[in-house]
Amino acid sequence: MSSLQLSSPPVMRRTKRQWTGWMFVLPFLLVFALVLVAPVIYAVYLSLFRDQLVGGNAFVGFANYVEALTDPNFWDSLGRVVLFLVVQVPIMLLIALAAALALDSARLHAASFFRIAIFLPYAVPAVVAVLMWGFIYGTQFGLVGSFDKFFGIAFDPLAPNVVLAAIGNINTWEFTGYNMLLFYAALRVISGDLYEAAELDGARAFQVIRSIKLPALRPAIVIAVIFSIIGSFQLFNEPNILKSLAPNSISTFFTPNMYAYNLSFAGQQYNYSATIAIIMGVLTAVIAYIVQLRGSRKEL
Amino acid sequence: MKITRTRSLPVGRVAALATVGILLAGALAACSGSTPTASSSANADQIAAALQQKSTITYWSWTPQAKDQVAAFEAQYPNVTVNLVNAGTGNDEYTKLQNAIKAGSGAPDVAQIEYYAMPQFELSKSLTDLSSYGFSSLQSSYSPSTWTAVTGGSAIYALPQDSGPMALFYNKAIFDQYGLTVPTTWDEYIADAAKLHAADPTKYITNDAGDAGLTTSLIWQAGGKPYVSSGNSVTVNLQDAGSKKYADMWNQLVEPGLVSSTPSWSDAWWKSLSDGSIASLVTGAWMPGNLETGALGSAGNWRVAPLPTYDGTAATAQNGGGGQAVLAQSKNQLVAAGFLQWLNSGPGVSVFLKGGGFPSTTAQLNDPTFLADAPTYFGGQLINKVLLDASNSVVPGWQYLPFQTYANSVFSDTVGQSYANKSDLNKGLAAWQESSVSYGAQQGFAVNK
Repeated sequence: MSSLQLSSPPVMRRTKRQWTGWMFVLPFLLVFALVLVAPVIYAVYLSLFRDQLVGGNAFVGFANYVEALTDPNFWDSLGRVVLFLVVQVPIMLLIALAAALALDSARLHAASFFRIAIFLPYAVPAVVAVLMWGFIYGTQFGLVGSFDKFFGIAFDPLAPNVVLAAIGNINTWEFTGYNMLLFYAALRVISGDLYEAAELDGARAFQVIRSIKLPALRPAIVIAVIFSIIGSFQLFNEPNILKSLAPNSISTFFTPNMYAYNLSFAGQQYNYSATIAIIMGVLTAVIAYIVQLRGSRKEL
Repeated sequence: MKITRTRSLPVGRVAALATVGILLAGALAACSGSTPTASSSANADQIAAALQQKSTITYWSWTPQAKDQVAAFEAQYPNVTVNLVNAGTGNDEYTKLQNAIKAGSGAPDVAQIEYYAMPQFELSKSLTDLSSYGFSSLQSSYSPSTWTAVTGGSAIYALPQDSGPMALFYNKAIFDQYGLTVPTTWDEYIADAAKLHAADPTKYITNDAGDAGLTTSLIWQAGGKPYVSSGNSVTVNLQDAGSKKYADMWNQLVEPGLVSSTPSWSDAWWKSLSDGSIASLVTGAWMPGNLETGALGSAGNWRVAPLPTYDGTAATAQNGGGGQAVLAQSKNQLVAAGFLQWLNSGPGVSVFLKGGGFPSTTAQLNDPTFLADAPTYFGGQLINKVLLDASNSVVPGWQYLPFQTYANSVFSDTVGQSYANKSDLNKGLAAWQESSVSYGAQQGFAVNK
């Protein structure tokens, strides 16, 4: 906290410094420094070295970064999560939005049942959810297997060309409820006066949605998009668990996180792995920031 | 595949992996420091004396017999406490071990390591050279291929525990039903595969979704020597005569889709073994115990035959199997060495056998009661006789890479693609070689130079 001492004219007597505020944030700052700042600094430090099985550890400057940016495996994994982002996230958010508007419309019987039912998948631990879907996707003994047998086809959701869509389906199932709840909460805080005014002016339901509900949802949508971007870039659990069921469909560099994980734990390339992690962290932050800037402007 | 002798529990493994979690830089913070090296030497008397002192050691193992072995050891040496830790199966354990070695502390005194992974730990000088404890004299009590697997020059890095000479496990009921003959050559095996699958398209002669351990073992059997390493110089040639011979043969099963693509150890796999839709397995001698507990539906139907060969003369390879090593980090080297000797050369071996393990010690391999074992699961067949013959016909001279665990981890990225497209395995092997060569070069080895 050296910034505190920056502006202290030596001669003039000043009012006594107020430390109370600092004391309040101190516990947070300590934890923040310990679990966030320190590891990031350490990862940056690691990314500047290369430790080899033969020859030991050496400082290599930005060589790891140069290598990562020219590494086809890295670009392959990044391209895959970007594709996932632009396809899966809009589908998921649209379903969540439709569900939230339906729940909020007050025309639904048993609304609280639907609310909890849509939200429930989010409460299932991701690992369990993926294992469960893995069984459903099984072409021999799973639901898909029975389906295939019934229609006499040989559809395999874990085949290399469709496995990303299969993962997207799992993610949509898992996170629609969470986003629905975000939207629903935002809808609930809209003042009843607005609806009354709209009714008096003779607005139809769709006009209410377009002119009142959607504008009010804007901050929630921005938040949901940012969370989804981060979630997509961090895709790991689903492919990593499904890999044991479909080893040839999901490569060790299927997503950037899987790539970093495997570099680190299968290849002991901790330095290169840290480099990938840093690049992905910066990329995610930049994209999330752009979305936030764009989203908080008046018109989308 | 990283599992050898225990039935894998996919759920537990996956959950364990998941708890290791997404790469966090914080997890990396533990990975610095250097590895101490041991330079002590001692004799049998000093080890015996150390075992009488009060001490505690830690032992990492996932063998199902470890618990009974530790209990028996502690009964015999009441002053020594052994903390048994199951740090995960195969690669999960190696990852933790590697991290502890990097961190400079936290490694166990004794750890279970499979043969294929051993060179990696030898190279980083993480294992104590046991020749300084006079263990060289134990050579004659082990089967030659297992002893080769734990030694490098005059150094001894571990004592072998079990071995996995390969054999053909087949479901006799299915073979009889479809009129298949038990194959002695690979050509006959391929013919059986075609006949079975033509008769019933839901049945397959075997499964292979692409398994690095199986591939290297079959290359080994075909006489290939794709990996040659001495010191820092490594040669990788997955297109040598033996590798090609294997790939050209196995292609005839993979390309027409005669093998099931069900991954081994998956739930669907166990079900297929149970209901007969996978009719045989090409695997190591540690398999019987797994079948007995995992594929109950086909109990009594399974038999063991020698592995099919190219020309009909007996030849096989090791698949899986491993031993225990003393870590260089251990502060209690004498006790650790004493425990290891008890475990794999002393009374521990019989406890291991009682738990269904397949030994590496020649005395136990040739023990009449071991050979007279006729499990009802295998229809009363004297299976250990077949497996002993396999143990004696392992092709000599095989070596793994000093970074085999990495190479195996990218198998599905390379050879796995040939499986996914049902295309020429030689292409996949060439890609696998390329990955291994570039990793080796990056790690400072002189590869193919």
